Amino acid sequence: MAIKKLTRPKLTLSEKLIFPTILKGMAVTMTHAIKSVLGKTKAAESLKGSGTGATMQYPETKWDDQLPEYYRGVPALVTDEIGRERCVSCQLCEFICPPKAISILPGEIPSDDEWAKVEKRPQEFDIDMTRCIYCGMCEEVCPEQAIFLRQDYAVTGTSRENMVHNKERLYEIGGVREGLVNKWNEVK
Amino acid sequence: MSDTETAKLPKDLAADKGMVNVQIDGTWIQVPRGTRMIEACKIAGVEVPHYCYHPKLSSPGNCRMCLVQMGMPPRLAPGQDPEYNDDGYQEIGWMPRPVIACANTVAENMGISTKSEIVTKCREGVMEFMLINHPLDCPICDQAGECRLQEFSVEHGKSESRFKEDKVKKPKNVQIGPRIRLDDERCIMCSRCIRFMDEVADEPVLGFTERGTHTTVAVYPGRELDNNYGLNTVDLCPVGALTSNDFRFQMRTWFLKETKTIDVNCATGANITVWTRGNKIFRITPRENNDVNSNWMPDSHRLNFHHINDGARLTEPMVKVDGQHEATSWQLALEGAADALKQFDAKEIAVIASARQTNEELFLVRALAAELETEALSIVERIGESDGKLISADRNPNTTGAKLVWQNAKPASQLESIREGVRKGSIKAVIALGEDLTEEAGFSAEDLEKLELLISSNILANPTAQASDIVLPGAAFSEKRGSMVNITGRLQRLNNACVPPGDARDDWMLLRDFVLAISGEANSIPTLESLFNALAENIEEFQGQTLSKIGDLGVQITETGETIPLLEYEKARKERGEIVG
Amino acid sequence: MDIDLVFILSTAVKIILFTFVISLLMVAYATYAERRVSAIIQDRVGPNRTGIPLTLFGGKKDWHFFGLIQPIADGVKNLLKEDFTPAHVRKFFFWIAPALTLIPAFLCLAVIPFGSSVTLPTGDEIKLVIADIDIGPLFVFAIASLSVYGITIAGWASNNKYSFLGGVRSTAQMISYEIAMGLSIIPVLMVYGHLNLNNIVQYQAENGWLLLPLWKDGVFGFYLQNLLLWIPMFISFVIFLTAVFAETNRMPFDLPECETELVGGYHTEYSSMKFAMFFMGEYCAMIVGSALVVTLFFGGWAVGIPAVDSAISEMAWGGIIHLLVFLVKVVAFIVTFIWVRWTVPRFKFDQLMKLGWVIFFELAVVNIVIAALILFYVK
Repeated sequence: MAIKKLTRPKLTLSEKLIFPTILKGMAVTMTHAIKSVLGKTKAAESLKGSGTGATMQYPETKWDDQLPEYYRGVPALVTDEIGRERCVSCQLCEFICPPKAISILPGEIPSDDEWAKVEKRPQEFDIDMTRCIYCGMCEEVCPEQAIFLRQDYAVTGTSRENMVHNKERLYEIGGVREGLVNKWNEVK
Repeated sequence: MSDTETAKLPKDLAADKGMVNVQIDGTWIQVPRGTRMIEACKIAGVEVPHYCYHPKLSSPGNCRMCLVQMGMPPRLAPGQDPEYNDDGYQEIGWMPRPVIACANTVAENMGISTKSEIVTKCREGVMEFMLINHPLDCPICDQAGECRLQEFSVEHGKSESRFKEDKVKKPKNVQIGPRIRLDDERCIMCSRCIRFMDEVADEPVLGFTERGTHTTVAVYPGRELDNNYGLNTVDLCPVGALTSNDFRFQMRTWFLKETKTIDVNCATGANITVWTRGNKIFRITPRENNDVNSNWMPDSHRLNFHHINDGARLTEPMVKVDGQHEATSWQLALEGAADALKQFDAKEIAVIASARQTNEELFLVRALAAELETEALSIVERIGESDGKLISADRNPNTTGAKLVWQNAKPASQLESIREGVRKGSIKAVIALGEDLTEEAGFSAEDLEKLELLISSNILANPTAQASDIVLPGAAFSEKRGSMVNITGRLQRLNNACVPPGDARDDWMLLRDFVLAISGEANSIPTLESLFNALAENIEEFQGQTLSKIGDLGVQITETGETIPLLEYEKARKERGEIVG
Repeated sequence: MDIDLVFILSTAVKIILFTFVISLLMVAYATYAERRVSAIIQDRVGPNRTGIPLTLFGGKKDWHFFGLIQPIADGVKNLLKEDFTPAHVRKFFFWIAPALTLIPAFLCLAVIPFGSSVTLPTGDEIKLVIADIDIGPLFVFAIASLSVYGITIAGWASNNKYSFLGGVRSTAQMISYEIAMGLSIIPVLMVYGHLNLNNIVQYQAENGWLLLPLWKDGVFGFYLQNLLLWIPMFISFVIFLTAVFAETNRMPFDLPECETELVGGYHTEYSSMKFAMFFMGEYCAMIVGSALVVTLFFGGWAVGIPAVDSAISEMAWGGIIHLLVFLVKVVAFIVTFIWVRWTVPRFKFDQLMKLGWVIFFELAVVNIVIAALILFYVK
């Protein structure tokens, strides 16, 4: 049985008297407070704080240039080098989306379209940004490398409808992404 | 004499019952003589993957997916006695090469192995060959989620392809009929569709052309796949080669909720599955019931659901005020109807019900007529032509139910006299339930104008609703619960796949409240179950039944002497051993 | 004593000045300080935005003033918020409770000597204390102990188990620590020999602060009797300060409102201005506590060097300088209060009771004996 008997730590006299240790603690907080005012705490350095302590004063200073490579901002749809919209509306992202933020209306590509052989693309593709939790599951599940979490994070709107990104908006955010696997090329 | 000499061997015990002993993956079971090996495995609870085999079709054995290892007792030398082990079985000599399980039958003391190395290797090999030319367009393929190729490649396939060459190109997105599209690249040549069109639909328009890897399914030149049973090939297709135009790219199957219910387009009452997401129906597929519709259903019935999703649905009770319909509440509408009816003599009121209503609703209609003390009570007949397969001549799904519930051999007999009465003016008030009187019932718009009071319940805004003084919105078949009796006398159950839109109500509730509004009594029927129990107590044929006892496949409650032609045809084929059935 | 016009007018001016101008402003900015100091300790920023939104009126830049407008904004918010009274409370007591917390705290200010005295051009000398009575500390204890009613009644009238528990805890805690508090200053009063707070401060102005007794009759030096007396005085100071923390329900003794266990404690059901009154009461009690500690142990308005103090007292408006000295000391203590709050975690209730009854009570009693013995030896 995994029973581990612990003994209480032995306290020194000053610890037993409480007050010396309280004073010690107060010294720690005061030292930290002074450092914080001077902007010299550890966190202030690593987080590029611009105010007191570690806080960055948004929106005066923004951390756009501090964003790590792997930063997950808003999800968006991308087109590839040849201008094809990569999404084929397989709806896997809609399925996987934990807060059910994505809703897709699939549609057939008309036969006179340049990419008629792809057959399918979304008619409507809405992501409700009031629901999105930026988990990145949609990006992970996408078999067509069509949806990516971009580095934009400042999503604002004045109404709920405003916060729903429709297909045009998603392609606008996503833009062109190069160097993806293109399985719909000539040879296929 | 000792016991051991008189004790019978397992083979004799089985033979007495017309069975044979088969060892499947190490377990001995008894199966009927003549069973296919694949079916024997199914009995033993072992799934053998397969594409081309279908119990309702012949077995050409061309997909090779169902390969299993088989073994028989060693052939005896002349004069040699068979040796039995302690359990009374002979030792099995395993064959070094696999056999297909779908076309071979079992024999006494046979061994089947589905887990041996040779079988595993065979399945891997077959899967790899199948996938050589199969496009990897699962993201756009409608079959994804219910695709046998996907399922078996997860179980038996490799995660990477060793095929470096270019895949064979074939026709894609070919319109082979008004309702069906064919993608030849996805086809795995199982030939199920070809056999179905040949053997069941009896219109062999499909066939293979070309040879080797270039083999292609094609329609006979100059013909198209427009048979009324054509969409069954889409269900049969194990991959996404055949897709329905109606369902194509509408919704991924994994979003759809399956609800088992029955078809209401004819008296056959085909068992169906309704596939819904949210409150919208996306498709309807047949459900196996070997006493009703086998595995099939006609396209015309399968596609007849779009009006339910339609915008023309009635969503709230309405009362006509100064020639204009105004939305109101259920209570006001029903009380208004009850008050209006009280101004008429019992002889001036007629009730026209529908054989599209469930038994429970018809039971309440009878109670309604009794409450109004009117004798004028009728359903509307719908007689068409049988297609000799599944479509019955009677296009009402519950005529048999109406006969039983009303205990009237001719429930439609009074319609003529009611029509006359309306024209003469002796009938001044009509309650039309679930029927558009201007269609099969044979009323004209002028007839309806003559009426002083018309109360109708329906699901769509139609001329009758337009002419009605009080409109009560009802539920479509996919939104209803209840039971119906089909042409052969089989009691079957309707389940609700979605809910009625807006304020519309399941018809049995609507009728119950209507009856209560007229009688002024307190509600004694809180649930559909209690209504069915009341029905079962009153009608002899229903006695002992409950809604849950009906089950998914229904129960035979009476014999009408009617048969379903397709079932008879399949029974004959089964007897000839052409199909497993 | 004649009731003359100067006395009435000066008292009215003092009441308005000391309670409504100085103390209320200090209450307001104590909340601001609390937020800023805690933010600094925790690597945050705190309220630094509230200012004048000039950009709304077409200006180029908002004026922030380091967020100094924040307390005003808070006050306006609390005034304008819906004053919601839940249906299940005892209305009368629910309404009276915030006042019962706030008023005693302000009443205590009456006896605190804010400065020495000023001499008016008319020749009248006016002491900078609202009521110069001879029972200063007793008055404070008597009035301060009333504030327990406010909290208890609030907890009970809210008709909510969390509030009720908060109220009960508060009662137990305040009564327990009042004993230690009262006993702890007996040695101090034994040294001073009287209860008039102004005279106590005057004594310290002449002999150095109680905790900095480096003068005797105005002469600097390390005197043995002073140093001996320093020991019981320091013990008294520690007990008194701790008891003040407990009395004002400040961390680490804020069990009546401890969020982790009691939601909001006794003020769970309160909102808007009624809540603000509890809040103000707490901060006002903190100011009174600080003032009392300063007055009794740190020389009140006295600078601490007898020569300087007497020089200041000579000046006609020297009282104002003393007032500023006093305020500086009080502010320092308020900051200490905040500093302790964000350093020490909350006690468990049993620890709190044990500390009060088993340690401080005994210690205070023993301390009286020690102080008495030393005084007996010294004098």
